[in-house]
Amino acid sequence: MPANSDESLIARIAQGDRLAMKVLYGRHHVRVYRFALRLTRDESVAEDLISEVFLDVWRQAGRFEGRSAVSTWLLAITRFKALSVLRRRKDAELDDETAAAIEDTSDDPEVVLAKQDTGQVLRQCIAALSPEHREVIDLVYYHEKSVEEVAAITRIPENTVKTRMFYARKKLAEFLKRAGVERGWP
Amino acid sequence: MTAMTMGIGAMEPEDVEGLLPWHATGTLNARDARRVEDALSRDPQLARQYALIQDEIAETIHVNESLGAPSAQAMQKLFAAIEAEPRRAPRRSSNPIARMAEFLLGLSPRTLAYSAAVGALALLLQAGVIGAIMMQHVPGYQAASYQGAGGNGVRALVRFQPDTRLADITQFLETYGGSIIAGPKAGMFRIQLGDKAMSKDDSEALVRKLRDDKIVGFAELSQ
Repeated sequence: MPANSDESLIARIAQGDRLAMKVLYGRHHVRVYRFALRLTRDESVAEDLISEVFLDVWRQAGRFEGRSAVSTWLLAITRFKALSVLRRRKDAELDDETAAAIEDTSDDPEVVLAKQDTGQVLRQCIAALSPEHREVIDLVYYHEKSVEEVAAITRIPENTVKTRMFYARKKLAEFLKRAGVERGWP
Repeated sequence: MTAMTMGIGAMEPEDVEGLLPWHATGTLNARDARRVEDALSRDPQLARQYALIQDEIAETIHVNESLGAPSAQAMQKLFAAIEAEPRRAPRRSSNPIARMAEFLLGLSPRTLAYSAAVGALALLLQAGVIGAIMMQHVPGYQAASYQGAGGNGVRALVRFQPDTRLADITQFLETYGGSIIAGPKAGMFRIQLGDKAMSKDDSEALVRKLRDDKIVGFAELSQ
C-alpha cells in the first residue's frame, strides 16, 4: 500500500493524524462539493455538507474496511447526507423555489434551441435531467465510478445501475431532439 | 445488432450497449472491456453511439467543472470541529499485519529509510557476531569468556514520535552517545547509551531525561 494512497491516509486518520486529514481533504473536497452541489443545488448547503462528510471520515476512519475505494466511500456519505438535507427541506419548506430545484426541469432545453452550439445544448440537457438521472450520469461520467461502485453509492442493484444509466441517456437524447439536436439515437 | 433489445413490454439496454458508458471511462473489468471492444469493431452503429457517449462525458465534465470550488471557510469549519473533538488514543488493530502497516505508515519517509538502513546494519552485525562465535568454537580453541557486542552502557527501549526525521534521530544519538542495537520491533528501537556501566539511579535519571526529549514518545530501561 503506497504511503500516500487514500487507504494509507485513512489508516493515519484513524490514528488521529491531522496532516493526513488535510491531505485527504485537499485531494477530494472539490469533487465531494460538486457532487453535493449537484444533488442539493444549494452552494451553502453543499459547503456545510463537505464539512460534515469529512468530519464523519475523521470519526469513522477506524471502521473503514477498504471494501470500496475511499472516493466511493466519500461519495456514499455525501449522498446520504445530501438526501437527508433534501428530505428535511422537503418536509419543512417545500415552497415553489425548492420544488423547482428538485423537480424535472425538462422544459429548459426548448428555450436553449439552435442559437447555441451543440455542446452548450448538451450541457443544458444534462442539467435538465431528473436528480436520479443526473446523479448516475455524474457518477459514471465525471466521478468515473464503475457499475459496482455506483451500486454501492446509490444502494441499488448493479443491473438497476445499468438500466438507470441507459434511461438517463435516452432521456438526454429526447431533450436534445426537442432542442433541435438529432443524434440518431435511440 | 445495435441500439436496444426489446424486452417483453419494455425496452431494455442490450448487454454490451449498456456497458458503453463504463467502457468510455475505463472502469470495466478486462473481460467486459474485451467484449465491448469486439462489439465496437464489428458494429459501426455501436461505434457511432460510443462517439456520442464521449461527447456526453466531455460535456458532463464541463458542467461539473463549472461548478467551482468551495470557499476556504468549509475547511476552517471542518478543522475547528476536529479540534473540538476529544483526543483519542490510537486504535490498535487486532491484526498483527495491520498493526505493522499502521506503524510503518506512521513513520516519515526518512525515518522509514533510516529504519531499513538500521535493519540492514543489524543483520550485518548479527552475521559478524555469529561468525565470531563460530570462529571461537573451532575445535582445539575454547574462548575463556564471551562479551556481548553491547558492552556496558545503559540500554533503553525507545519509540520515536511518528514524524521524527533522520537528522533529529542522528542528533539525539550524538547527544546521548547512543547507538541503535536492535529494532524497530513493535515500533521500538533498542538503544545503547554510552559504554560505561551506571548505577540504577543514574540509569533511571538518564531515561527520564530521554523521555523529556521532544522526539521521544516512549523510553524505558531495557536489558
